[in-house]
Amino acid sequence: MLAAVLSLGLIGMIAAVALGLAAKKFAVEVDPRELAALEVLPGANCGACGFPGCAGYAKALVAGTVDLNLCPPGGADVVTTLARILGVEASAAAREIAVVVCQGDNRRAQSRYRYVGLEDCTAAQRIAGGPKTCPGGCLGLGSCQRICPFDAIEMTADGLAVISREKCTGCRKCIAVCPRNVIRMTPYDATVHVLCNSHDKGAVVRKYCQVGCIGCHICQKTVPDAYQIDNFLASVVYEHSADADEAIAKCPTKCIRDFTAGYPEGSSLVPAVPGKPRAA
Amino acid sequence: MCAAHNRLADMKRKTFAGGIHPPDNKQWSAHLAIEDCPLPAELIVPLAQHIGAPSVPCVEVGQQVLKGQVVGSAKGFVSVPVHAPTSGEVLAVEKRPHPWGMALPAVVIRPDGEDRWSPELQPADPGELSPEQIVEKVRQAGVVGMGGAAFPAHVKMSPPPEKPIKTLIFNGVECEPYLTADHRMMLEEPERILQGVALLQYVLGVERVVIGIEANKPDAIALISEMCAGTPVEVISLEVKYPQGAEKQLINAVTGREVPSGGLPMDIGVAVHNVSTAAAVADAVVHGRPLIERVCTVTGPAIREPKNLRIRIGTLLSHLVDVCGGLAEEPGKIILGGPMMGFAQLGFDVPATRGTSGLLLLRHEDVDPQPEGPCIRCARCVQACPMNLLPTTIAAYARRSLSAEAAEYRAMDCIECGSCSYVCPSSIPLVQVIRFGKAAILAKKRKE
Repeated sequence: MLAAVLSLGLIGMIAAVALGLAAKKFAVEVDPRELAALEVLPGANCGACGFPGCAGYAKALVAGTVDLNLCPPGGADVVTTLARILGVEASAAAREIAVVVCQGDNRRAQSRYRYVGLEDCTAAQRIAGGPKTCPGGCLGLGSCQRICPFDAIEMTADGLAVISREKCTGCRKCIAVCPRNVIRMTPYDATVHVLCNSHDKGAVVRKYCQVGCIGCHICQKTVPDAYQIDNFLASVVYEHSADADEAIAKCPTKCIRDFTAGYPEGSSLVPAVPGKPRAA
Repeated sequence: MCAAHNRLADMKRKTFAGGIHPPDNKQWSAHLAIEDCPLPAELIVPLAQHIGAPSVPCVEVGQQVLKGQVVGSAKGFVSVPVHAPTSGEVLAVEKRPHPWGMALPAVVIRPDGEDRWSPELQPADPGELSPEQIVEKVRQAGVVGMGGAAFPAHVKMSPPPEKPIKTLIFNGVECEPYLTADHRMMLEEPERILQGVALLQYVLGVERVVIGIEANKPDAIALISEMCAGTPVEVISLEVKYPQGAEKQLINAVTGREVPSGGLPMDIGVAVHNVSTAAAVADAVVHGRPLIERVCTVTGPAIREPKNLRIRIGTLLSHLVDVCGGLAEEPGKIILGGPMMGFAQLGFDVPATRGTSGLLLLRHEDVDPQPEGPCIRCARCVQACPMNLLPTTIAAYARRSLSAEAAEYRAMDCIECGSCSYVCPSSIPLVQVIRFGKAAILAKKRKE
């Protein structure tokens, strides 16, 4: 008994000394700034900076080969902290978030056929271009929701992806996975968006969707600077969008929405910063 | 004849490992003689009807065309021209709904009812033609594989010199349930088929010629065997099993050899043609007639009078439904081809193409999909897979976008026959997931 305790203890002591010496001798020189930067980065390894993970970005930051503002999830706080660690001047890029520009869930937009099979938007898109009649509408099978590293996307009961303004960090993973290009990057400060992705003519859109943009130009006539119409589809000009909300009540198909007034119908998300109440 | 037939039946029938036994449902139309489908008011001839580059339109709106005149010329080697199925006026050259699920360029022709052949098409004596001339005639006639895949026939007739063809197999299996077009062709027009068989044999200079027919068509086996008596052509009765008519499975059943992974039948000196393709080759060479019509089985429980119709390429499905007495009830699924590998359609506004072997109309109750469950590791899909793959493993990798692992498990060898999905007790859409994985593997390869 005693012999066992002693011999094991001795082995342990020798190993501890050997390990300690090895750690000293073979220590890898790491720039303390790199460790500090890694500490600051969110650690989601989302890849939005263009590196496989946060460690790669931290290394590149210390090497000075990349900009400080490539981490959308980190936002302004991370940029200032990084600037302090690295001892450089930097300004944060304006925060951008992703928005699903579609309100046509299965209740309000028509389907050409009943899709049965793999729950994946790309797989559905491969079958005759997807079940939604609208060529640009959200397919609602949740590929973006599953890939989002920040749990920022909600699928409504009627099959529409809705992105939380607060949780979205702007990593763009959902944009890469969406086969219908229905997710756009928008400035965080712009809260009014045209939620439609169909370039079809008005009469065609009306046939398959109750809430699609028909290209009627009314929004542009109401607030000329804030809207542009391209191929029968309106969009907000975010540089001049201060008064964009004035057109919301005029839109005949109700496809313009102010996200501070509420998320698309069917979503359980509520605006974190409610705007002034508006007459619909 | 009777003795020969009995001997065939006594022999242990040849087949491959794996496969499934779906109800064949051929009783709806197997006994019905081929009828000529009346000309529709409008023919929509798609320019993309085959594997390979689509044809380029070479007629203008308003132009009068004659039956058999080229309306779309071939672009590249793996491509074939497209011809006017009847005489008439070109109404439009524009995008129209296509069986592939989107709008694709097509030539719209209004028939003038006279059905006049183009005078440029001349019959020829095949005895005086060289193999190269025959291949060229087949190419000009736009002959493609008529089993469904529509691969240009002239490509398969011109193997590279280092890969000589030793065995030529004709596919009279028709293992897809419901379809009876090839069966009726073998019963009613065996002369045309055998003429084409002889031509292909001559062109490829093969030693062994086999016609493989599934044992559920004893009348066709008996007739073709009788007509081939005294010739070197062998008729083999094959076990009734799906997918017996798939190229690699048919080769395995007939020769006992396997096409190497990623390879082509010509790698082991084999070429496979459909029996209807053989008939089209005969028409092209002997009569100079292009491929402008084919036999198509219109069948299924949702159609009033199932028929085997000889249709012009470009006939709308709605016309076929009208000719067959209309719908018995609202169809739950419209399928071009057979129920296993056919393509579901959005509606009746698409035309039949050179690969349309059937129009199948199923009722809602026939296609009631079951909710997907978890894999219970029963391995029925592994037993059923005719390519000896592990469908459930490949699907699990494909679902998680692990395409390197899926490729390691030979996802690219999947022939997409659907046997795994058919047997899965948990209704997992295995073949769809594997196809999804295959597309991911190809996309990754293109990137590299």
